[in-house]
Amino acid sequence: MATGVAAWLPFARAAAIGWMPVANCPMPVAPRDNSKRQDELIILNVSGRRFQTWRTTLDRYPDTLLGSSEKDFFYNEETKEYFFDRDPDAFRSILNFYRTGKLHYPRHECISAYDEELTFFGIIPEIIGDCCYEEYKDRKRENLERLQDDQEENKDMKLPNMNFRETMWRAFENPHTSTMALVFYYVTGFFIAISVITNVVETVPCGSTANQKDMPCGERYTVAFFCMDTACVMIFTVEYLLRLFAAPSRYRFMRSVMSIIDVVAILPYYIGLVMTNNEDVSGAFVTLRVFRVFRIFKFSRHSQGLRILGYTLKSCASELGFLLFSLTMAIIIFATVMFYAEKGSSSSKFTSIPASFWYTIVTMTTLGYGDMVPKTIAGKIFGSICSLSGVLVIALPVPVIVSNFSRIYHQNQRADKRRAQKVKKARLARIRIAKSGSASAFLLSKRNGVLNELLELKGTDEDEQKLTRSTCLIESQHHHLLHCLEKTTAHEFVDEQMYEQNCLETALQTFPSRSPTISSHDSSVGTCCGCRIKRNTPLPNASTPSTHPIPTHQGPLQELSAIHIQCADPPSQTTTRSNLNLKTDDSSRINCKGGRITTAIISLPTPPALTPDGDGLHGPPQRRPPPAPGLPAAPSIQTTTSSASTNIVKVSAL
Amino acid sequence: MGAVVGTLTMQTKQRRPSRDKADDDLEMTMVCHRPEGLDQLEAQTNFSKRELQVLYRGFKNECPSGVVNEETFKQIYSQFFPHGDASTYAHYLFNAFDAAHSGSIKFEDFVTALSILLRGTVTEKLQWTFNLYDINRDGYINKEEMTDIVRAIYDMMGKYTYPVLKTDAPKQHVDAFFQKMDKNRDGVVTLDEFILSCQEDENIMRSLQLFENVI
Repeated sequence: MATGVAAWLPFARAAAIGWMPVANCPMPVAPRDNSKRQDELIILNVSGRRFQTWRTTLDRYPDTLLGSSEKDFFYNEETKEYFFDRDPDAFRSILNFYRTGKLHYPRHECISAYDEELTFFGIIPEIIGDCCYEEYKDRKRENLERLQDDQEENKDMKLPNMNFRETMWRAFENPHTSTMALVFYYVTGFFIAISVITNVVETVPCGSTANQKDMPCGERYTVAFFCMDTACVMIFTVEYLLRLFAAPSRYRFMRSVMSIIDVVAILPYYIGLVMTNNEDVSGAFVTLRVFRVFRIFKFSRHSQGLRILGYTLKSCASELGFLLFSLTMAIIIFATVMFYAEKGSSSSKFTSIPASFWYTIVTMTTLGYGDMVPKTIAGKIFGSICSLSGVLVIALPVPVIVSNFSRIYHQNQRADKRRAQKVKKARLARIRIAKSGSASAFLLSKRNGVLNELLELKGTDEDEQKLTRSTCLIESQHHHLLHCLEKTTAHEFVDEQMYEQNCLETALQTFPSRSPTISSHDSSVGTCCGCRIKRNTPLPNASTPSTHPIPTHQGPLQELSAIHIQCADPPSQTTTRSNLNLKTDDSSRINCKGGRITTAIISLPTPPALTPDGDGLHGPPQRRPPPAPGLPAAPSIQTTTSSASTNIVKVSAL
Repeated sequence: MGAVVGTLTMQTKQRRPSRDKADDDLEMTMVCHRPEGLDQLEAQTNFSKRELQVLYRGFKNECPSGVVNEETFKQIYSQFFPHGDASTYAHYLFNAFDAAHSGSIKFEDFVTALSILLRGTVTEKLQWTFNLYDINRDGYINKEEMTDIVRAIYDMMGKYTYPVLKTDAPKQHVDAFFQKMDKNRDGVVTLDEFILSCQEDENIMRSLQLFENVI
C-alpha cells in the first residue's frame, strides 16, 4: 500500500460499511490496535539541528530507516532523541519526503552526496518526483560520464594485454593513443587531401599547346596524374584492408557507413584499370570518376563535427522530407498555372509543364535567372504571386529544421537522453514493483495469515504476537479491509499465475461429470465458508478460545449450520460444472492432521452429504499443501482426484 | 534573414499565451477552505478533540487546499485497492460524502460522515448506507442502482480472482439482495424495508459494529 495515504485508512475502513448489507458472508474480525500509543512527537537530531515530527509521519514508510525499528539504533537515552551524524541540509528533503510523500532533489546538492544520504536512509532514488527527476538523472549521468572519462584516461595509460589486432583497432579509433597511430592518422589525412586536390586540378585548363583549344591538365599530364591517383588509391586500399583486418566484428565493419565510403572511393580506380582496354564503355568509365569525390567524405573520420552534421541531417530527415514535399507541391501548382497562362502567347518558352518547372523553381527560390520570363499579363500576375509565395514556402519549414537541428545537436551531445527512455522504463518498473508489492503483500499475508492467527489462538507467544501486530498494524488493517471485500463479493484475490492456471483448468474441464445441484451447495460451502473456517476454526483440543474474542464465532457446529443456512439461501452462488473442481479444491484445502475427514469433494448427488461435509470442516486449518490423492475418505464421501488433484497443490499456494 | 528572425521571434511569443492560460487555471484552483472551529466540530460529531486533530492532520496532508475534489478522492481510495478499479465505487462514495452536492468534500462533510459510520447508531449507519445505495436520491433503491453499486464493488476485486469472476455475478448478487430486502416485492427497496431487513440479519448487524475501533 502506498503508505503515504495511511492517514486515510480509517476513512477507507469506515467506508467499508457500505459493503455490509450487500455481503452474504460474515466478515472477518478486525485486527485490534493493541498499542494504545497516542501520537507523539519525535525529535530527530541531525548533527545538532533538531527536527521534530509526529511518529505517525515517519511510520508511513516502514521500509526505510526512519520508518522501521532501525532508527532505534540511533536513539539516545539521555536526551530522548534520535541522533544522526549526517548532513542536516540533505536531511531536510528526506524529512519532507515523509511529510509530503514526494521526494525532491535540491539542485545545489552534490549528486553523490545526495545519493549517499538516500542510501543511508533507505530511500530508493526512483521515488524522486517528476519535477526533479530529470535534473537528478542528468546530473547523475554527467557524473557517471566524468567517472568513465577518468577511468578511460587511466585505461589508456596502462595497456592490458591486448593482442596485435586489438591494438591496431584501438590505434585506428583513437589516434592519440600512440605515436604510430598519430602518424598514420596524419598520413591518411594528407593523402585524402592530395587526392581531392588532384581530382580538382585535373579538370583545370592548363594552358594551350600546339593544339587549338585548352586542354585540362589531366589530359596533358596524364601520366603524372595517373601516378598520383595510383599512389592515393594504394594508400587507401592498404588502410581499408588494415581496418578490415583489425575490426572486432568484420561483418559489422563492412556494413558501416565509413567503410562503404572507403569502398566507393577506391572502386572506380580498379574498375578503370579493368576497363581501359574497352573503348565503348569509356563513357561510363568517365562518369565513374565522379565517385572519386566521395573521398572527401573520408575526412569525416578526422572531424567529429562532420560526423555530427551527417547524423543530424539523417535525423532531420522527416523535416527535410516535409520541406521537399511542400516545395514539390508548390512547384507543380505554379508550373501548371504558368503553363496554361502562357499558352496563348507566341514563342513562349513554357512549352510544357515540366519545362515550367524550371521557371517555377528559379522564381520561388528568388534566383531569377531570366532565361524564362512570362509575357502575358496573366502570366506576369501569376509569376509575381509565385515569387512571393516562394519566399513563404521556403522560409517556413527552414526555421523548423534549424530548431530541430539545434535540438538534435544538443541531444547528441548528451547522447544518453535517448537511453533515458530505457532508464525511465526501468524506473517505472521499479516503482511498479514496489507498488505491486502491496498487491502481492496481501496475497503473501494470506499465506502467512493463518500462521499468525494460529499463534494468537494458541495464546502462547503473546509478546511475539504483539510485536508482529505493532510493527505492521496498518498493514494488517489494510489486509483486513481487503479481506472484507473478498467476503462481500465471495471471491478471492489471486495472483496472475494462479488466475491463468485456473482459466486453463476451466478451459480443460469439459466433461460434465457432476450434477449441477451439488455445485451450488458445494460452492457456497467452498467459497464463503471455506476460507472463513480455515481462519477461525480453533484447534480441536482447545475449547472456545477466550483470548480470541471473535464475536461472530459462537461455536463451530452452530456457526457452521448458520453458515450453511446463510449460504444455501442465495441461489446466486451457482457455478458451472467446470468450476466445481475448483471449488472443491478450495474446500479440500481444509485439512487436518492425522486421520480426520479432510476434503469435501462430493461426488454423490445427495444433500445429506453436506453434514459429513460439515464434520469434515471441523478440522483445524492447515496451510501446508494437502496431500493430493492421499485424502482419507469418509465412508460416504469420495474424493474426486482427476486433474483437480494437481490443482490442489497449486491453489493452496495462495 | 529577416524572415528567419521573424519566425524565430514568433516561436518565442507563441509560448507565452499558453503559459498565461495555465497560470489562470492554477489561480482558480487554489481555493482554500478552512473548517469550523474545533469546538463546534466536537459538538457536532461524536469524536473527541484529539481524534479530530488526528483526522484533520491526515486530511490536510493529502489535500492542502482543504477540500477534496472527486479526482483526488478517487486516487486516494484507489490506493487501498491496488488489484482492481476502485474509481466507480469511489464515485458513489464521493456522492454519499458530499451531502451538499457541491462537487467537493470539505472537512466538515468528511468528519460528519465518519462520525456516523464509526460512532453512530445502527439506524444512522443503515440510513447512511441506504443513502449510498440510492444513487439518484429518490428514496427508493431499484435494481439498476443496486446493480451499479454491486458492479462497482466487484470492479474493485480486479481481474485475478478465485473463482473466476463471471459477468453475471453482480446480477445474481443483486437478485439475492432484493430477495432478502424487498419485503413487499414491489421491485424497489425503501428505507424502512432496508432497515428492517438489515436488523433481521445477524451477520449484517455484527459487521456493522466491526469498525468501531478504527480510530
